[in-house]
Amino acid sequence: MTARVLELLRALGGRLINNWVWRLGFATRFLWLTLKESGTSFRRFHLTIREIYFAGVLSLIIILVSGLFVGMVLGLQGYDTLVRYGSSEALGVLVSLSLVRELGPVVAGLLFASRAGSAITAEIGLMKATEQLSAMEMMAVDPIARVVAPRFWGGVISMPLLAALFSAMGVFGGYLVGVRLIGVDEGSFWSQMQAAVDFREDIVNGVIKSLVFGVAVTWIAVFEGYDAPPTAEGVSGATTRTVVTSSLAILALDFVLTALMFRGT
Amino acid sequence: MMTRKELDLWVGIFAAIGIGAMLFLSLKVANLATFTNSDSYQIKAKFDNIGGLKVRAPVKSAGVVVGRVGEITFDNQTFEAVVTMNIGAKYEFPKDTSAKILTSGLLGEQYIGLTPGGDSVNLKSGDTIKLTQSAVVLENLIGQFLYNKAAEGDAKK
Repeated sequence: MTARVLELLRALGGRLINNWVWRLGFATRFLWLTLKESGTSFRRFHLTIREIYFAGVLSLIIILVSGLFVGMVLGLQGYDTLVRYGSSEALGVLVSLSLVRELGPVVAGLLFASRAGSAITAEIGLMKATEQLSAMEMMAVDPIARVVAPRFWGGVISMPLLAALFSAMGVFGGYLVGVRLIGVDEGSFWSQMQAAVDFREDIVNGVIKSLVFGVAVTWIAVFEGYDAPPTAEGVSGATTRTVVTSSLAILALDFVLTALMFRGT
Repeated sequence: MMTRKELDLWVGIFAAIGIGAMLFLSLKVANLATFTNSDSYQIKAKFDNIGGLKVRAPVKSAGVVVGRVGEITFDNQTFEAVVTMNIGAKYEFPKDTSAKILTSGLLGEQYIGLTPGGDSVNLKSGDTIKLTQSAVVLENLIGQFLYNKAAEGDAKK
């Protein structure tokens, strides 16, 4: 009996060390290697441009459409609640603050993780499975500098732009529903928004959030791809893990960042 | 496969509209154009009670936003709240201007209302407004009402 319990504990501990601690250490070392080898992605910037195209430009449609719909839903729901207190003019404040502070970075980050992060992981994982990475090493080309770092920087550059587009589209969606459809006064919609939204506190903090999420998502994506077992199964598992881990990372980081940024004055 | 030129074009368009969205958020949503620290001056006012006044609350005169609350501190000597306001440089007020803490609407936020006086000398940066009126605190108001009622009752006897 005790032997079985001990065995179970050992198996659990082994899994914990192998799956979590070891991988976390490797991931950290991998991030350091990526940053160290980043010179190439800026010296030969067309490598990064190509990745910005795949991570950013191809995510545009989903980001813009989702942003518009999220903003329109916020407009409808916000109006429904605010009109009970006779302050429907505050709709602009509600829509813009919730988008700029939270929904823009978070939802854009989640969409980015599932749209671009999974693609990065699958691509790098397949390159590893088909031994393209080993072939590069044979030719004295560092796969981290040539393959990983440009994808990392492409994602990090794309993410704040996508989050800003999401928020801007959302504000526009809220404007469409609130002002055009329902008929909230246009002047007070914008002026109350401008009075309540602060550049440093809200916009800059939102951009910082999206930048942090961009680093987290692309780091997880390139690491999972690089670490994927070189089989079809391994690549599919790594792709799933990218989406799950980066979504959790976004939500957890969002709580930490919000607690740091908006403690209330 | 796309040529490098096409790729550059698309990424250029993406970067342009992304930066455009950031500019839209900064200028149209946050209205960055007004009241940056560079073109404003600071005026202090001491209040017995600031109620629910918060940093960044608007400072209005005749209903026009002329500045924002920059800092709220507590004076240990006089036991008063010291509110520092950043007033836009293009707005000038006479030295005997008075400051009140007002509420916009029933549930609205609190702001500072400036009522200009008649002095010929204007307030400078760092000056303190002498005449102030504190925020209305509901509990004090109810307390006063009850006290008055009780006093009326006594007078009738």
